[in-house]
Amino acid sequence: MTTRVLVVGNGMAGARVAEELRRRDPSGHQIAVTVVGEEAHAAYNRILLSTVVGGAITPRETRLKPDGWWEAHQIEVRTGARVTAVDTLTRTATVCRVPAADGQPTDASLTDASTQIAWDELVLATGSTSFVPRIEGTQAGDRRFDDAQAGDTQLEETDVVAFRSIDDCARLVRAARSASHAIVLGGGLLGIEAARGLLMRGVDVTIVHPRSIPMERQLDDDGGAVLTRVLRATGARLILGRRVTAWRDAAGGHGHEAVLDDGTTIAGDLLVVAAGILPRVDLARDLGAEVRRGIVVDDRLSTTVPHVHAVGECVEHRGTVYGLVQPGWEQARVLADVLTGADPTSRYEGTEPLTRLKVHDIDLASMGVVTTGLHDDDHEVVTVADPRRGRYAKLVLRGDRVVGAVLLGAGDVAGAVSQLFDSGAPAPTDRIALLLGRAPGSGATPLDAVSLAQMPGSAVICRCNSVTKHGIVEAWRSGCTTRDAVATATRATTGCGSCVAAVDGLCHWLTSVEPPDMAARAGPESPTVSDQPQQHHPTAAFAEGAA
Amino acid sequence: MTDLLETAPRVTDTHCPYCGLQCAMTLTGDSAADLTVTPRRFPTNRGGLCQKGWTSAELLRHPGRLTTPLVRKAGELIETSWDEALDLVADTMRQVQDDHGRDAVALFGGGGLTNEKAYQLGKFARVALRTSQIDYNGRWCMSSAAAAGIRCFGLDRGMPFPVTDLGSAHAVLLLGANPAETMPPFLGHLVTSAEAGGLMVADPRLTPTAARALEGGGLHLQLRPGTDAALALGMLHLAVVERHVDRDYIAARTSGWDELWPTVAQWTPDRAERVTGVAAATMRRAVELLARARDTERGAYVLSARGGEQHATGTDTVSAYIALALGLGLPGQRGSGFGTITGQGNGQGGREHGQKADQLPGYRKIADPVARAHVAGVWGIDPDDLPGPGRSAYELLDALGTDAGPRLLMVHGSNPVVSAPHASRVRERLAALDLLVVCDFVLSETAAMADVVLPVLQWAEEEGTMTNLDGRVLRRRAALAPAGLARSELEVWHDLAVRLGQPAERFPTDPRVVFDELRRASAGGPADYSAITWERIDAGEHLHWPCPLDRPQGTPRLFLDGFAFPDGRARFSAVDQTGPAEPVDGHYPLIGTTGRVLAHYQSGAQTRLVPELAASAGGMFVQVHPDTADRAGLGDGALADVVSRRGRTRATVRCDADMRLDTVFLPFHWSGDGTANHLTNPVLDPTSRMPEFKACAVRLEVAS
Repeated sequence: MTTRVLVVGNGMAGARVAEELRRRDPSGHQIAVTVVGEEAHAAYNRILLSTVVGGAITPRETRLKPDGWWEAHQIEVRTGARVTAVDTLTRTATVCRVPAADGQPTDASLTDASTQIAWDELVLATGSTSFVPRIEGTQAGDRRFDDAQAGDTQLEETDVVAFRSIDDCARLVRAARSASHAIVLGGGLLGIEAARGLLMRGVDVTIVHPRSIPMERQLDDDGGAVLTRVLRATGARLILGRRVTAWRDAAGGHGHEAVLDDGTTIAGDLLVVAAGILPRVDLARDLGAEVRRGIVVDDRLSTTVPHVHAVGECVEHRGTVYGLVQPGWEQARVLADVLTGADPTSRYEGTEPLTRLKVHDIDLASMGVVTTGLHDDDHEVVTVADPRRGRYAKLVLRGDRVVGAVLLGAGDVAGAVSQLFDSGAPAPTDRIALLLGRAPGSGATPLDAVSLAQMPGSAVICRCNSVTKHGIVEAWRSGCTTRDAVATATRATTGCGSCVAAVDGLCHWLTSVEPPDMAARAGPESPTVSDQPQQHHPTAAFAEGAA
Repeated sequence: MTDLLETAPRVTDTHCPYCGLQCAMTLTGDSAADLTVTPRRFPTNRGGLCQKGWTSAELLRHPGRLTTPLVRKAGELIETSWDEALDLVADTMRQVQDDHGRDAVALFGGGGLTNEKAYQLGKFARVALRTSQIDYNGRWCMSSAAAAGIRCFGLDRGMPFPVTDLGSAHAVLLLGANPAETMPPFLGHLVTSAEAGGLMVADPRLTPTAARALEGGGLHLQLRPGTDAALALGMLHLAVVERHVDRDYIAARTSGWDELWPTVAQWTPDRAERVTGVAAATMRRAVELLARARDTERGAYVLSARGGEQHATGTDTVSAYIALALGLGLPGQRGSGFGTITGQGNGQGGREHGQKADQLPGYRKIADPVARAHVAGVWGIDPDDLPGPGRSAYELLDALGTDAGPRLLMVHGSNPVVSAPHASRVRERLAALDLLVVCDFVLSETAAMADVVLPVLQWAEEEGTMTNLDGRVLRRRAALAPAGLARSELEVWHDLAVRLGQPAERFPTDPRVVFDELRRASAGGPADYSAITWERIDAGEHLHWPCPLDRPQGTPRLFLDGFAFPDGRARFSAVDQTGPAEPVDGHYPLIGTTGRVLAHYQSGAQTRLVPELAASAGGMFVQVHPDTADRAGLGDGALADVVSRRGRTRATVRCDADMRLDTVFLPFHWSGDGTANHLTNPVLDPTSRMPEFKACAVRLEVAS
């Protein structure tokens, strides 16, 4: 008996559910999968949209799978289609065609009339929509952009665009061609990425953000202040603590201007809305599932309605709504385990949030709790800050475990810190070293006389032939006072050749502190040149050697 | 004057017995007691030798050198005559095959055997024994790189360009390679890149190679073991979004990009960073360095070695490395490219001539009817009498003495008791055999278990050819007469073949005659040696295969005009990061990884006998971050037990603050309690059959 799974939503979470189901049932004998998505496109990688805006890749290159992959894996995908109603008693769904946007083709199998799809298990992966605050002069006022991404006409002004879907992206790119100054609503992750994309296309950008710091969900006040400096240094104008209240024709009749809540105006020819997202929960609510901020799911990704499940940005799990891809992928894996029976004990227990700003010249990572104060009783907090140079690093630990971090301009250590955060493994005892990372070149062996004098006799000079400083000093004393002679006697320098400079330096140092004729007189027992480490000032060593 | 000439010491030009760089050396003297080694100027080693090479003559005069056949009687290995030993082996082979079928006799070879011996071993198996059960230790060395090379380029030659081409490069990315310790004179080719700040080393440890990179202002990408593919895919992602990919090259010279890209698209730098632990900023810098060197025509290379290859996902990992190189447009262009650094002395030639379970000479596939017909013709047999593919190395050892498995094993140039994964299991299987025969020149740990030990020649006592890391065929020359009763394997197989009823002329013992037959057998195959002769090499020619009769100059640089597929295009392989096979958990919270130290070679059976090397290397150790050691109640110099699901290894703790906290490193050169391979995971790569040597879950304990 084949189980029919209907996935509502063809975004990154919904598509991943289909893929994970098929991975567990490659033959398709056990599970039949249908995915219905409103957008006219095959499933695509939303993470890459800012890269499309930046121009490095084409919209086509955001596809999650190669052409033909879904058919080849027996996954039925209906694009440009919307589930308008669900009957949980008969387990059917009503699917309607979405009007074509921008002349893009929709699923030809769908007539304008609605069709019914029967299902055994329903997966809601309806994602989220852009939140658009009320702005006088735009048609979209303080409500969801629900239909905008489906190509509807709610946001028809070409000078006002959201930044959410691939169609938004195309509109933004088109608008950017003629725009010279864009105003970006929102200084969160998405707003900053959109701003950088536009800057790279040569458009001036002003970001208007209602809070006192950008990315306030991911940063503490100090980190936010440093990011503000960094953003301004990249050429973006950043206005904090203000909202846009109106968008209107400019007074001079050319272009537009935004009016802020303090009455000031900013001239611009493009308004980009990146003010946050809202989970899409209407369908879940209509079919009777419990909805709070998102669709409520348990650790098996089940809603409160039998046989109805939900994953991705539309869900609320243990009180948390995620706006990230990673949790959706983890949820998809658990749901596929449960639905196929591949691992009925599989559970989703939440994802520790880790946010990385994907912007070319700003290296910012944020994870876990970040607002803990320096003198917090329950946590250990370590910071390194250099605001003028755009660097700010903060580590929050509970016991030996990293529970939060902000790393701005400290990209060299982001890998090590994020792995400690993810694994929960004990952090190294030297916390500062963890935050500073290894300075480039720290592995270098300096070859000046001071370091050669201070080097212990047991220090290996020629690794290829295991020749120590002691060995070279002995060879020099027995009359080998040139590199070639030392090489013949000890084989030093005859392997990879990396130690040529060190051997030359040793010969030079030995000659300077103990000229060869003196060395010959002194003989191998000479105490004048020590091959033990010398703690005192090198000139003193030289003086002793010459005495 | 005449007197002087007559007493002048004998001088022999040959190459080092150890690694795949095959450093040129001169042997002076004509007795083992007084033979001396000096380095010789040659493009590959530029006159350099490492400590192993310098001391290589010590083993010729070591008291442990085997010079007499040994047969086990009443539990003891007793000296015997060749005839008695060979009669016993041949009789048992015949008996076992009569009772249990042809595949009841198995052969195990090595990547250190000359081309002539690798070829003749394969022929002996397929013709004299007609067994399919033959494989070799190169399966644990080069197989993943080889499989990926064939998959993506259509052909596997470790370096498809002369190693000297690296010398002018300004950017070299080494993935899981530590030549400063494993192949020291190779570093001479990296001076330009190191000094230009363009040497980049991906390795979980701050190895001397990585330290060399940092010294010059280059990069160390200190990844978590087993995340190599994620690193490559993350870097490729960066190359795309930062516009460093070569779109024209991808369009003109490759296929498969559209199928791979969606996977690469998901390896955003932040995700790759989280999985690998390598900072996105470091990956970005590495991609920039490669792209800049390419754009300014200063040479950009990506080189792979065992670090990423010795995994159950090794073939996919190398495919991901190759994808990075292809995305940047490096392979098949003069002055840039992708290569793998061969490990064993004849690791290249050893994988071309038929000692591999699925292979016939000339790098042909044994399942290919055309290949079978050609080789059967050279061998004078009916193609239908050739066996098919057999078990891969670990599968072969794992099956020994079982109901369906071989009951007699003959080992050449290998010490699997130390070098195989899950070594205790291999020891148990060897003990279950009816007869274990080992050909070696020292009593290795495997030889010590044998029923019959046959003493064979050392490198300075034999003639033949070796194919080095850049596909250059080199001459090994004899300076000495064989020690004691030691004989070449060619003679051993001849004598056994005759006893098994083969015509004597079918198994010649003169290596030059064998090579000439190899040339004919390889003709028309991917690794075509037909225009290579000993005379040409002796005359100083540098010949890189393929070297067919109609292109006798050989092929120093492959792929310049096209890759080895019918459409001439390289193939992106749609691979992803998976593995490691054994994740860490509460009981085994650390990742154990294995590798080499400078003074030892492979299982250490040879180098542990050289006092100078043994003294340099010290004893078995485990390299650990001091915090990690401290948490296990251990300090520097303490005796630890490293424990995995498969066994435990005793080692002295070496604290190193540059280690990752989650990783411990164990060298694999020691035996007994200190056998690192007691821990390793024998799960195999689905394509190459490479075991997972480089990542297993372990914990540290205070030695009890």
